[in-house]
Amino acid sequence: MTQLKINCYKYASPAKFYVLAGKLIPWFALPAGILFFLGLYLGLFVAPTDFQQGEAYRVIFVHVPAAWMGMFLYILMAFYAALGWAFNARVSSMMASSLSVTGAMFTGLSLLTGSLWGRPTWGTWWVWDARNTSTLILLFLYIGFIALQSAIEDSRRADRAGAVLALVGVVNVPIIYFSVQWWNTLHQGATIRIIDDTTMAGSMLAPLLIMIAACWLYSVAVVLARVRCIIAEREELRPTEAVA
Amino acid sequence: MNWYEFFFMGGYALYIWGAYAVTFVAMGGEVILLIRRQKAVRDHMQTFRSIHEVET
Repeated sequence: MTQLKINCYKYASPAKFYVLAGKLIPWFALPAGILFFLGLYLGLFVAPTDFQQGEAYRVIFVHVPAAWMGMFLYILMAFYAALGWAFNARVSSMMASSLSVTGAMFTGLSLLTGSLWGRPTWGTWWVWDARNTSTLILLFLYIGFIALQSAIEDSRRADRAGAVLALVGVVNVPIIYFSVQWWNTLHQGATIRIIDDTTMAGSMLAPLLIMIAACWLYSVAVVLARVRCIIAEREELRPTEAVA
Repeated sequence: MNWYEFFFMGGYALYIWGAYAVTFVAMGGEVILLIRRQKAVRDHMQTFRSIHEVET
């Protein structure tokens, strides 16, 4: 029993997690690469032209994965930040810091690709509607989290301050998700639905799901790679462990 | 379908390829920055280690 308990907490140690993360990265990076190629091939060559939007809809294969990752990574970041705060778990806090950068990148991408999709379909690069505005706020929350953490010298205090901001901001995620139902908006509703039938042809849905899976795997790989850097930079490793 | 048609994207080339290009640049950029950060960490640890070896 004690043996099991020790094993459960083994990877809460930054030095142990550093080694584990290093071993895990290729298992996520490689499938991510394969799925990106497959998704792009199916999305650009196999998926048919949309009868309403023509070829313009093909932005969906980068826009939707980016938007989903922006939201999911925020929830994950807040979760890790809270865990690190509540249980004084350093690795969890470092995971939150690592997630914030990739989350911000994906949120930025969802705004940029959304803009490039909005121009031909809505006739404008940007509108101050619910979906767009709440996503912009998400980007500001990420930037605020990163800025707040880098402004505080003591890393554990920075972790706690960041956790408060991350947890307060989490309320924005359901607002983004439901914004297309709650308010009138130019943004189209969800195509992939959990309860109803998905309103999308299989040949278009498959590359979309593959791209989403690829973005997930990619995120895990880069977040683990970054958390390794953070562990090392915070000098959590003893000289003997500082290999590979 | 020929290649011209493919790159023309029914007149939406700028938007489609623009969206794919920013995504590629952002994700590729993230990977490159991470590799450089990792290298800096490794170099730093190498010196850290050799100092430790000299001291002990």
